[in-house]
Amino acid sequence: MAKGHASELETEPNDEGRRPPRAVVGSHRIEEEMFGRAFDKNIIRRIWAFARPYRAMVVISVAALLIFIGTQLLIPLIIRYAIDHAMTPAGVDRSALLTAAGAFALAILGNFGASYTQETVVGKMALNVLFDIRRAMFGHLQKVSLSFMDKTEVGRLMSRLQGDVNSIHEFLETSVYSVGDIALLFGIVFVMLWLDFRLGLMTLSVLPALLIIRIVWLPRAREAFMAARETNSVVNGALAEAIHGVRTVQSMDRQQVNFILYDDKAHADLRAHLIAARYAQVMVPIVDGLTGLAMAVVIVAGGSMVMNARIDVGVLVAYLFYIQRFFDPIRSLTLQYSVMQRAMASGRRLTDVLDVKIEVQDKPDARVLSPEMDGSVEFRDVTFGYNPNQPVLRNISFRVNPGETVALVGPTGSGKSSAMALVHRFYDVQRGQVLIGGHDVRDLTQESLGRQIAMVLQEPFLFTGTVFENIRYHKTEATRDKVIEAAKAVGAHHFIMSLPNGYEARLGERGGNLSLGQRQLISFARALVADAKILVLDEATANIDSYSEMLIQNALRKLLEGRTGLVIAHRLATIRGADRIIVLQNGQVIETGNHDKLMAMGGLYSKLYNLNYASFDDIAEEKLDTPALAGFRT
Amino acid sequence: MSSDAVGTTSLNSSAHVEAARLRRGLSTLLRITRMNLRHSRLVAFAFGSTIVAAILQMLIPQLLGRAVDQTQMAIRGGVTGIAAEHALWTPALLLLAVGALRGLFTMAQNYFAEAVGHHVAYELRLACYDKIQRLSFSFHDQVHSGDLITLGMLDLDGVRMYFSTALVRVLLLTMLIGIGAYTMISTDLVLGVVALSFVPFVAWRSSVTQLRLRTTWLDLQERLSVLSRVMEENLAGIRVVRAFSAQAYEMPKFDRASKNALDLAHGQVDVYVPNTSAMTLSFFFALGLVLWIGCNRLIAGEIRVGTLTTFLAFMTILQMPVRQVGLMVNAFARASTCGSRIFGLLDQDITIRDAPGARPLEISGGTLRFDNVSFAYSGTGNSAVLKNITFEARRGETIAIVGPPGSGKSTMAHLIPRFYDVTGGTITFDGQDIRGVTLATLRKAIVVVQQDAFLFSTTIENNIAYGDPWAKEQRIERASESAQLHNYILGLPAGYETVVGERGASLSGGQRQRLTIARTMMLRPSIVVFDDSTAAIDAATEQRIGAAIRRLAKDRVTIIIAHRLSSLMHADKILFFDNGEIVERGTHQELLAKRGRYKALYDLQLRPGDDIAIAYRGAP
Repeated sequence: MAKGHASELETEPNDEGRRPPRAVVGSHRIEEEMFGRAFDKNIIRRIWAFARPYRAMVVISVAALLIFIGTQLLIPLIIRYAIDHAMTPAGVDRSALLTAAGAFALAILGNFGASYTQETVVGKMALNVLFDIRRAMFGHLQKVSLSFMDKTEVGRLMSRLQGDVNSIHEFLETSVYSVGDIALLFGIVFVMLWLDFRLGLMTLSVLPALLIIRIVWLPRAREAFMAARETNSVVNGALAEAIHGVRTVQSMDRQQVNFILYDDKAHADLRAHLIAARYAQVMVPIVDGLTGLAMAVVIVAGGSMVMNARIDVGVLVAYLFYIQRFFDPIRSLTLQYSVMQRAMASGRRLTDVLDVKIEVQDKPDARVLSPEMDGSVEFRDVTFGYNPNQPVLRNISFRVNPGETVALVGPTGSGKSSAMALVHRFYDVQRGQVLIGGHDVRDLTQESLGRQIAMVLQEPFLFTGTVFENIRYHKTEATRDKVIEAAKAVGAHHFIMSLPNGYEARLGERGGNLSLGQRQLISFARALVADAKILVLDEATANIDSYSEMLIQNALRKLLEGRTGLVIAHRLATIRGADRIIVLQNGQVIETGNHDKLMAMGGLYSKLYNLNYASFDDIAEEKLDTPALAGFRT
Repeated sequence: MSSDAVGTTSLNSSAHVEAARLRRGLSTLLRITRMNLRHSRLVAFAFGSTIVAAILQMLIPQLLGRAVDQTQMAIRGGVTGIAAEHALWTPALLLLAVGALRGLFTMAQNYFAEAVGHHVAYELRLACYDKIQRLSFSFHDQVHSGDLITLGMLDLDGVRMYFSTALVRVLLLTMLIGIGAYTMISTDLVLGVVALSFVPFVAWRSSVTQLRLRTTWLDLQERLSVLSRVMEENLAGIRVVRAFSAQAYEMPKFDRASKNALDLAHGQVDVYVPNTSAMTLSFFFALGLVLWIGCNRLIAGEIRVGTLTTFLAFMTILQMPVRQVGLMVNAFARASTCGSRIFGLLDQDITIRDAPGARPLEISGGTLRFDNVSFAYSGTGNSAVLKNITFEARRGETIAIVGPPGSGKSTMAHLIPRFYDVTGGTITFDGQDIRGVTLATLRKAIVVVQQDAFLFSTTIENNIAYGDPWAKEQRIERASESAQLHNYILGLPAGYETVVGERGASLSGGQRQRLTIARTMMLRPSIVVFDDSTAAIDAATEQRIGAAIRRLAKDRVTIIIAHRLSSLMHADKILFFDNGEIVERGTHQELLAKRGRYKALYDLQLRPGDDIAIAYRGAP
């Protein structure tokens, strides 16, 4: 797959050698189809489910729309009435003229009211549905399993939450107008035939011609439009790449080569747009020509009918009015076809997300975990794997007593992080039980469980906002003093005060203006404010510089005071400070005990320790492969 | 008295500011117009077809009127039969011809107008790309990448649409209203004035509304971007959200942002709907008046039915373009803001460029010298990031740089390939001041392996060959072997053809770093700087890479910036940076013997303990 894709991106080598064979700028893969089937019953049903709460608004808007169309159809008829009845050859009929004037006034007021109502109601209804769908999706994503979230890029989800919901919005707006267009088209045809059947038929004979031309034109035009859209996203992609990678581009001196390649793409984009413009514009003379033809028919045929006194002049005038209007609905209806196709494709992607199963759910009779519980954590014969056939943890049992700090130690892939995730019930075990305070986590409400467990992750994640907001996070009831106290406890107060606005300093994107160590300290303070019985933490390692490390070690000690602690430990300092150490390997517990005991045992732990590194992460694989350890590796 | 004076000056100055902004806006529009006019042939076609199309369009009402009159006269005059019917053929055929021709010219008008816009967009696109690629790091440090991308997409579009939606429309509208007004008023003054009465009202309403919508639209974009930030942060930080069971906190946060945006969007509906309805109403009102007066005149025998038809048809034709006056005004405003942003970029000075008379770098001995170098980022109040840095590195030597974060290590690295220019002292390579040689040759000779590895969206192979796109396969493989990446790549389903980067397979931080190291090894630079580029790599791999780096170091200057001492103990010289200065220098052994900052760091990393921490912290 990658091969074909790559070769297609490369430039032709025969280009005077200016375009190097391996040089590429930007890349573009059509990730998802832009158009689906124009009509998909299931998708429509799903979208309708979101519009249902607003069905009264839908009814009102369709009714208003019909009134609006009605008045539009009525106005030429009133003009016709005025011409034919108020000014009879016999003389002037004043009362008829007044009737016409009155009718006209009523019609335009009706038109005004109807268009006002309809546009307001439709506009707001479509917006409401858009925001409702987005909320439903966002809410759903808060509950789906973390493994789904890990698998799915944030960017992809964002394009669902933004692009796809927008095309549903567009669809809802236009579908009401489509109803109007169809009504208008039928209305015009009906009135024309009603005024004079023969003249009506003759005039309408140009319609099929337009319809056929548009059917031939549409697929070709759409292809051209899509090509233009694609070249556009290619150039924009290449530009974005140049911006993000500018430092590399400059340090590798690729500016000239890139510029030539970019020019190719920009030029292809220009060509594609010119072709698309040609397709878009070619319909103009066709529609105008056909309008002219229809008018000519009305004048010749209608004129002779007037002379033969078959119809009145007013009818002729009314016809000319209708002709000017009746191509509009056909034009917009064919455009709405593309909108529908786009909406169906988006709708399917949206329902895909909405249908992701929620795996971890509260039982109907789930209990609330009392804050008074003892804070113990126990694993009983736990077996777990993200894929049930490949268990990551096998038959694990251990207990962490209230107030105890236990360090989990082991090589990469030994299952440390998975064990941590189970404590918080991010996933459900396949076999065995995880007990918190003596209760199976599956019997508790997730909310109350979460309140008693604070987690600090390896990658500190901060939100846009002030330092204060980040430390307080969801504990909105926490006072300023409490936040400052927590920051002081973890040793973050000092650097926070040195920021331009102290606790009110706004953090950049993801806390970009802070160092990694500082961000980690803030996330420690956040965990402290959360004030949970149990603290679970994945100790950050490689990325923290030695300078922040001392601060973090002190913060940890503070954080663990009086709580049950489960730490994935990398640093020896942390490990030595733990009450107990559990050594994991290949999803199994192989050693347990405190530092001295494990050292005395002379197993994996003592070997690791004696290698004399500051962190277990620094130990090379080769060193683990020493004969002395061979016994442990299965 | 004095407060009055203050008031006047502030009033004056605000008027002054307003006037200056207007002038700037106008000069931007002028500049865009000039760019458009440069495509003289296309512009001439566009304008020419617009004029012809407008004239043809205004013929239609008259032809309609004539046809209606002819019919009526035939009846009045009692002329019926074949002759009369034949008389109808002339206006009918004329209508058909004029309709078709008008269509053709409108097509030409639209096409050429769009073509002009696309050609200008193409030129601007290239100019922006070129500029962005060449602007120095200090520019990119200050400008958010998202803003530049928006500039390349939305702002470019705003300028592109200027010709077709602003200039051509002005011409078309002037022609239509001019011809319409002339014909109608010369036919019947009162009726003409009444028929045109809706034009100023609609044009005014439409402009006011569009300008208002424009401000709320910008506001809405702002609120929507807050909403997307809330969503994106939540999704990217979903583990934190779950870890704190903070869904109950996040949903209201989302709802607040969402409601904020929705309210404004509803507000927009409330702005434009009454307005479009009012415009329609005013049109119909004028139409009704024309009918009323027209019918009375008809009765009085002052005009004919055909004249009335002509008037009604004129009004119908004028209705649409007049409603779009607002869009036109908006197009001018948009082009002016978008254009000023684009020109703002294009007019940026490239601060780092070849000096006049710059010569290619000549490499002889391969010695890099920092001589009393100091540096301060511009706009930071001149607090020096580097002070009095002096050192020398010869070919084959490895220099290691250590120091706390913010001590100026990376900054120093960026000075060598002239990503920034020194503010004091000189950097020379083989005796040539780096500011006196051409950038292209300098940057070929000096490569910095960056801290955050950027991968391009292409195959692994092309990424490795990024700096040498002519490279043969064997060389690429050799480079990846020495970066300890070859085996990993072979394990991938598509091997070297695996697409990576933003849209490709995701590599771990360590793998990305190794790929950038392989990329650097392809270039055979004379100086290579590893800017903390091994931080994300585990120690074992780093050791293996280290061996490769050492092999690489034989015939070049190698500078390693690292936190992990294990990766720099072997260096020929270690410089300890603090606060932009070199506070200790020497070999590993020498520095250990010194029992200073380096020794403290060494002890800390090898076996952390409280006593050392105290010693370390004791140092200022």
